[in-house]
Amino acid sequence: MLHLDGLSKTYATGEAALSDVTLTVPQGQIMGLIGPSGAGKSTLIRCINRLVEPSSGKVILGDVDLARLGKAELRRQRRRIGMIFQEYALVERLTVMENVLSGRLGYVPFWRSLLRKYPARDIQTAYRLLDRVGLMNRADSRADALSGGQRQRVGIARALAQEPELLLVDEPTASLDPKTSRQIMRLITEICAERGLPVIVNIHDVPLAQQFMQRIVGLRAGRIVFDGAPADLTEAALTEIYGAEDWNAMRQGDSEQAEAEADAARRLEALAK
Amino acid sequence: MSETYPTTWRRPPQIIRSARWRYAVQLGIAIYLALALGTIEVDWGRVADGLARGQRFAAGFLQPDFVSRWADISRGLIESLTMTLTSTVVGVLISIPVGIGAAANLVPAPVYFVCRGIIAVSRALQEVIIAIFLVAMFGFGPFAGFLTLSFATIGFLAKLLADDIEEIEPGQVEAVRATGASWTQLVNYAVQPQVMPRLIGLSLYRLDINFRESAVIGIVGAGGIGATLNTAIDRYEYDSAGAILLLIIGIVMIAEYGSSYLRKFLQ
Amino acid sequence: MTAHDYPEVWQRRTPRARLVQWMGWLCLVALFVWCWQVMTANTIWAFVTDAPRQAADIGSRMWPLEWGYVPELLLPLWDTINIATLGTIGGVAMAFPIAFLAARNTTPSAMILRPIALFIIVASRSINSLIWALLLVAIIGPGLLAGIVAIALRSIGFVGKLLYEAIEETDARQVEAVEATGASGLQVLSYGIIPQIMPAFWGISVFRWDINIRESTILGLVGAGGIGLKLNASINTLSWDEVAVILLLILGTVVVSEWVSAKLRRAII
Repeated sequence: MLHLDGLSKTYATGEAALSDVTLTVPQGQIMGLIGPSGAGKSTLIRCINRLVEPSSGKVILGDVDLARLGKAELRRQRRRIGMIFQEYALVERLTVMENVLSGRLGYVPFWRSLLRKYPARDIQTAYRLLDRVGLMNRADSRADALSGGQRQRVGIARALAQEPELLLVDEPTASLDPKTSRQIMRLITEICAERGLPVIVNIHDVPLAQQFMQRIVGLRAGRIVFDGAPADLTEAALTEIYGAEDWNAMRQGDSEQAEAEADAARRLEALAK
Repeated sequence: MSETYPTTWRRPPQIIRSARWRYAVQLGIAIYLALALGTIEVDWGRVADGLARGQRFAAGFLQPDFVSRWADISRGLIESLTMTLTSTVVGVLISIPVGIGAAANLVPAPVYFVCRGIIAVSRALQEVIIAIFLVAMFGFGPFAGFLTLSFATIGFLAKLLADDIEEIEPGQVEAVRATGASWTQLVNYAVQPQVMPRLIGLSLYRLDINFRESAVIGIVGAGGIGATLNTAIDRYEYDSAGAILLLIIGIVMIAEYGSSYLRKFLQ
Repeated sequence: MTAHDYPEVWQRRTPRARLVQWMGWLCLVALFVWCWQVMTANTIWAFVTDAPRQAADIGSRMWPLEWGYVPELLLPLWDTINIATLGTIGGVAMAFPIAFLAARNTTPSAMILRPIALFIIVASRSINSLIWALLLVAIIGPGLLAGIVAIALRSIGFVGKLLYEAIEETDARQVEAVEATGASGLQVLSYGIIPQIMPAFWGISVFRWDINIRESTILGLVGAGGIGLKLNASINTLSWDEVAVILLLILGTVVVSEWVSAKLRRAII
């Protein structure tokens, strides 16, 4: 379980990216974070694993306050938090296997990681994850030889290799086409459901969020302005989050999208049983 | 889980995929290193003696003596600086026509080959070697140094200029040519505006290089601070040598920052 | 007459800007003339006017080339190549950690270590390898070792500067992703940064090796070993026919090394 308490972040430029965010994500919940660009979605996610240092407030994962840790202890705690990035952020010149194994970096001593001599169990786990995301036969390819969707699958496998207790996902579909986006979202939600893993997904695509999320939190100018089920995301709520922006245009998809949505809804139902 | 996964993984070789070739290359490198290291004959007694001298040099570097040889140092510096400036100006002035002549899109083939020939000769020969010849011809002193640096500037600048001109947008040249402009008008209107900013930048960069080189060619008699440095080291005056080296480092740093500032200012 | 009064004079720049520009050029010309006078104050013009005759004299003494000298040059040439190669390896090995200290995104201490690393880079870059050799010959005595160390010291600055620029240009997202896994500082370097700079690293090293081949050919002039020793000896005895052979050999070596380095760089990239 993750609990944020009064989390704020003010950048050195004086810009307040987050003000007083309080939020609880229970075990196994798939939570979407929506809001216009610049609302602080990315900052919020990065404050949790402290890629961005929060200015004040608490980040409590289990019973540890991450915001108060020293460097070494922070590294140990970061292992508990998997992260999936916008534009994949794979180490492009390393092989797929090395990228997945890099999820184990926090667990192995430096010499093992340098010589690529990971424990047998780690390698087995990495293979199992690659198989799970459907890339078993690409283990020896270099990451920059893969397509966008494949790279994001490697990103998912890397995050899961950490055996995390929480998954942070930052705009996972921003650079993918609609069909691949849906496949990736489905993969993430399925895997998290399998493992009972809580997830925070930062997502700008409202229809996609409504389709896959169990809960949606709307952020505007660093404050939470909506917190509820996808079904409660009414026009009024969206106007509250996005302002006067014509979010209706975002809903209009092509026929493929509608079809895919229906398909996804069926799958979600099946999962819920 | 019913399926079992491999428990070992080895990083596939990235550059040389054939194992036999990889071992051959590794063996070759090992043999070369053994042979090459074997050719170094080190007289450890001499090195041990040298360490004391090295300490004196380090001390001289930390406590440089600008004063006792100041007359020599200042004369060397003035020679170096004047040599640098005059040779850069003359080198740039000559490299402009040579550079235009070496651009295949502007001139007929015979001119092109002559100019590329000049550039090739100038680039192939080290400044120091050119300096040796010019000192033999023109006698000791900064004039030989000036000629050396001018000649080296031509090779450097004319090549980059020619490559630049060859890469300019053909569209703009076409447009000016279509107005019925003559060849000189073409160069003035279509080529000059496109390469001028880079020419100024490169000239300033070359000024910097010429100063550094002026410190070297003095060793073979072509004047400048290098001659002073050579003398100081020959006399084992490490504190004066340290002072000279610090001055060179300082001037190079000033030249580098100054030229980057000037380039920003001129654009 | 036209109906409108269009200006008849068109100028690209405002009068003030033009004035500044002309003043700039004027200053440059004045500076040039002054420098010229200072520089040539002690020049003996008789020598200068005599130069063509000297050139013709040297030219005539070069011919015929002393080809019989070549076998004697092969061992010094081998030494020269070793100076360049071993010097490059040494320089690259020292430049590698210095580049990480100098790069803004990897330096462990921006206040103390970074300025020191930057100073080492500038100092090494400002001083030509021939000057390093001059110093080292005085300190550790003439020979290959002085040449190797001179080449290594000169290479630190060049390799260090290009490498730290490459480190600063690495993709921060890849580094962030490795950090997020809980990796230690060294692990972030070895997984996040080093794979990204490897092509630049090999390219820079090979490029520097090519330059070092050129530079090591003349180190012998100050006693630091290699073919330059032979060059120096031949110049001192005014045997221009031998000098010409040595120069041709140097040119050939440089051309071959340039070809090898171009091939290697293409193979890497």
